[in-house]
Amino acid sequence: MHSFIHCDDIWKVYRLGDVDVQALRGLSLRIEKGEFVAVMGSSGSGKSTLMNILGCLDRPTKGHYRLEGRDAGELRADQLADIRNREIGFVFQSFNLIPRTSALENAQLPLLYRGLPLTEQRAMAARVLQRVGLAGREHHYSTQLSGGQQQRVAIARALITNPSLLLADEPTGNLDTQSSREIMTMLEALNGEGITIILVTHEADIAAYARREIVLKDGQVLSDRMTKPRAQSVEV
Amino acid sequence: MPAFIWLTVMTALRILARNRLRAGLTMLGIVIGVGAVIAMVSIGEGAKRAVQAQIATMGTNVIIVWPGATTVSGVRGGQGGAVTLTVSDALDLKKKIPLLSETGWARREVMQMVNGNRNWNGPINGISPSYLTIRDWGFSSGGPFAQADLDSAARVALIGQTIVDNLFDEGEEPVGAVIRIRNVPFRIIGVLSPKGQSAQGSDQDDVIFIPFTTAERKVFGTLFLGSVAALFASTDRPEDLPEAVAQIREVLRGRHRLQAEQADDFTVKTQVDIGKVQEGTSYTLTLLLFSVASVSLLVGGIGIMNILLVSVTERTREIGVRMAVGAKRRHIAMQFLIEAMTLSLLGGAVGVVLGVVGAKLTTVVAGWPTVISTDVILLAFLFSLAVGLFFGLYPANKASRLNPIEALRYE
Repeated sequence: MHSFIHCDDIWKVYRLGDVDVQALRGLSLRIEKGEFVAVMGSSGSGKSTLMNILGCLDRPTKGHYRLEGRDAGELRADQLADIRNREIGFVFQSFNLIPRTSALENAQLPLLYRGLPLTEQRAMAARVLQRVGLAGREHHYSTQLSGGQQQRVAIARALITNPSLLLADEPTGNLDTQSSREIMTMLEALNGEGITIILVTHEADIAAYARREIVLKDGQVLSDRMTKPRAQSVEV
Repeated sequence: MPAFIWLTVMTALRILARNRLRAGLTMLGIVIGVGAVIAMVSIGEGAKRAVQAQIATMGTNVIIVWPGATTVSGVRGGQGGAVTLTVSDALDLKKKIPLLSETGWARREVMQMVNGNRNWNGPINGISPSYLTIRDWGFSSGGPFAQADLDSAARVALIGQTIVDNLFDEGEEPVGAVIRIRNVPFRIIGVLSPKGQSAQGSDQDDVIFIPFTTAERKVFGTLFLGSVAALFASTDRPEDLPEAVAQIREVLRGRHRLQAEQADDFTVKTQVDIGKVQEGTSYTLTLLLFSVASVSLLVGGIGIMNILLVSVTERTREIGVRMAVGAKRRHIAMQFLIEAMTLSLLGGAVGVVLGVVGAKLTTVVAGWPTVISTDVILLAFLFSLAVGLFFGLYPANKASRLNPIEALRYE
């Protein structure tokens, strides 16, 4: 029986000039459906590399990463793109909205690569914007939105495909305390709805929203502990 | 997929609208290239049609034989430089060459003609009646003279519109009137329908026809009876022309007793030969304009490629985001290809408008005839699309090969 996320002895080696950099060194990890995990660690500990592999943006040099039983190392680039499109939502530190494009169109972006009729795409985008509390701001451009609102557009973009996994890489890194709290509360609520969330952060108070805390060091798991019981509403 | 293409085109248009100056400058090469093609082809086509129309006024499948190119003590006379063609040559050609539907002959001399107190100097042509058939002369009033008029050397004349304008008052009926040529009275029995300018630019309507025999005996004062200025012949079908020309040469060489090593003492040309000279000119022009246009399109294409490469770099992060949310390589490639083609098509459209306006202006300002063909416009659009596609391939491919992780991290 496979876990939802199953990392088995993952190595990732980059070549930087003449030196091989070992970003991940035999990392093994299991994450079940519905978990809310905070990944912590100093810079260079392999957090970002792990997120890239979990998000199917990168493949491990050695070892296996299985998402719902499928080995990402064996999939072609187009199949990985499909997985990213249908099962994974990304939230970035710098929001990464497409500039000079409305909130609605940003939220709609993943559907563009699915071939749904345009009206359906727009309706779905409007619904998901409402869900993150941005009803009425569909036609605002990112420059007209506050940082917190921009991150909510990014969350809407991540949610529009109903992903089972949400990857948030320092989602509050560019936000003030108030906005950070709003965003984290929203992620908490989404986890309550059953979405698995993996959060990279180096702030303890942000990590405190999660239920499980994994600390990385030198490309390996240093510690892994449950900090809270799992959300009640989730059936495993 | 239709939604993807639609949204991508819209996005492309929005990006262009945002960078109007940049887009405009990028498109300039295509605009100039396409505009030049449209304008030049329109002018060229107009000129070609005008020449064709002029050549058509010569008649249908006409062969003309001029005397000349005789050698006197090593000095070669020019075309028409000798009196070597005769009426009997013409009659013999008709008899010996079944391919020829008609043969005719003519001599011309510029003389004064008088009607009452008006006079005019114009070319008097002594012709065989068949000449009118060969050259497709029609009548706006009256009719031709007949073989009987030739046999009896009748004093009858056919006049062109220019003569009518110069010898007669407006409203005065020329048919039936009597004019004098060298004091010989001629009764006008027909007015020729106008032909306009010839391919060489002379006024074809400044002409008066009288029976050949009358001209010879009563007007010109010919030294050798039966010598003509030119022979005319025609065939039923245009494809018979080359064979007819060969047979004419053979018969005439035989009649003129030319030895194998002697050059022809006459020159044979067909309507097609005369048309070819004109077409050759327009062909050279077309070649020139196409080289100008292709250089312009090439430069335009490189401009598009350049601006797209800049765009790929500027939007690296956006490409990373698109890949992260599930865009496949082909989606990214298509996005940039569509942007390239939008640019080049827009440039093509502006070029077409500019070219058409340019052609119309040429007609208005310089008075040159222009013909705007939809084929050329369609071709111009296809060409600009192809330029966009071709020069968009490299940037599109480059964008689609970006590594999503590096693209996302790009500052």
